[in-house]
Amino acid sequence: MESQPTSTPPLRHARWVRSSHWIITISFLLLAFSGFVILMCHPRLYWGEVGNDLTPALFELPVSRNYQHGGWENQTPFFATAGSPVSASRSYDIFNQNGWGRSLHFLSAWFLVITGVVYLVAGLFTGHFKNRLWPQSGEFSPRLFWRDVVAHLRMNMFTAQANYNPLQKAAYLGVIFVLMPVIVLTGLTMSPAITAAYPFLLKMFFGAQSARTIHFFASVFLELFLLVHVAMVIRSGFKQHMRAMTIGK
Amino acid sequence: MKNRTLITRRKALVAGLTSLGALMLPGCSKPVPPTYGNILRMGDAFTYAAQRTLLPGQSLVKEYRYGDISSFPATGTTNPADTSSPQFNEDYSRHLKNAFADWGLSVEGLVSHPGKYSLAALQKFPARKQITRHTCEEGWTAIAEWTGVPLSTVLQGAGISQNARFVSFYSYDGWVDCIDMLDAFHPQTILAYGMNGRDLPVPHGAPVRLRVETQIGYKSMKYIERIMVTDTFVDVGDTGWAWYVGI
Repeated sequence: MESQPTSTPPLRHARWVRSSHWIITISFLLLAFSGFVILMCHPRLYWGEVGNDLTPALFELPVSRNYQHGGWENQTPFFATAGSPVSASRSYDIFNQNGWGRSLHFLSAWFLVITGVVYLVAGLFTGHFKNRLWPQSGEFSPRLFWRDVVAHLRMNMFTAQANYNPLQKAAYLGVIFVLMPVIVLTGLTMSPAITAAYPFLLKMFFGAQSARTIHFFASVFLELFLLVHVAMVIRSGFKQHMRAMTIGK
Repeated sequence: MKNRTLITRRKALVAGLTSLGALMLPGCSKPVPPTYGNILRMGDAFTYAAQRTLLPGQSLVKEYRYGDISSFPATGTTNPADTSSPQFNEDYSRHLKNAFADWGLSVEGLVSHPGKYSLAALQKFPARKQITRHTCEEGWTAIAEWTGVPLSTVLQGAGISQNARFVSFYSYDGWVDCIDMLDAFHPQTILAYGMNGRDLPVPHGAPVRLRVETQIGYKSMKYIERIMVTDTFVDVGDTGWAWYVGI
């Protein structure tokens, strides 16, 4: 059913939605920033349990002077066999701001995780997920999705509505129930104390370095979501959306 | 009618804050790592408290197969005997020339018989071999086989006091750091003198390095010279790095 712009109920958000939205926004921006600083220290990504400057990378990102740095002394093999793993000493002063970078990352992560858990519990019990985010029957049909995609591309459905369209619902559900859990769990998989207690995490994400790589891609997807989200907010009535998400009217 | 059992937001908040305060009160009398009024250190302290509260006591980290041993970069101080290095140490240089023959690891503080352990004496203790993953704060990982003596064996041999709370390590390259008793008595926390079946190489901390497998790499200090057992936190000032890095 197509709703008429004139008859749509005004956009409102509950207080807990508004406060968790902004706490998570600030935490996410700090996490993205500190995460980038941490990545700059070692801009190489791997698959499996092991990855370092002496082993091959999946890919390297040219984001700091540590990119493809060659500051290594002669390699010494550990074993007498051919193709033995080696040791080499670093002779190069790398970029490393992880002292504050890591601590800021984890501090922000606490705010994100605690607020996220409160949000999930509230969303479940207030019916927020069921009423506003969960697709109505038949709403996620390919035909309706396609119509929604076309409408977005033509940019002709940009009026702020209380009812989310299928693409919007899919995006929010993907962020809340896929990307966020994945990024939190892969983050925990990089922790030695946590994987000692819960070794299934290493199995689930194929190793510590795979978890780091998945963590990176999840963050890229979340940043893309943020860009699209902000663009949509601007296109479909910035003032109205900001009022709805701040003072709630 | 007034409903007395109704939990208002205000009541919930007051109750929550009161119980939080009650949780923090005993913390004040304990010798805990300082936060220096730094919000980042407060976050680290929260992570420490959360992990110690929520995680089961002494789970073992994953141990790997021999074939999983990987290449292993040596970073930080890689040779304290190098005169051109700012971490140059004359004593270390002398011991290295002497193949650590008269080197000794000093164990002091809250132990009933403090003393020095030669390399041979450490090797006489029942050894533990473990193939584990080193996780560097920089983001890389490497797997190696470590041979050494569990720190708990040495501490118990030296007669560690009931009041002990922290074990501090002093290294030849000038680094000082400490761990709590849970990590000190973790079965995989060892004083390693062997790596991948050979003597521990100089770039990796010869003659003896610490392995704290439940924390990030920088807690596994190299070139250990002295161990000090204390009942209070040995404060070396804010290094800019988190003290507890189980995460």
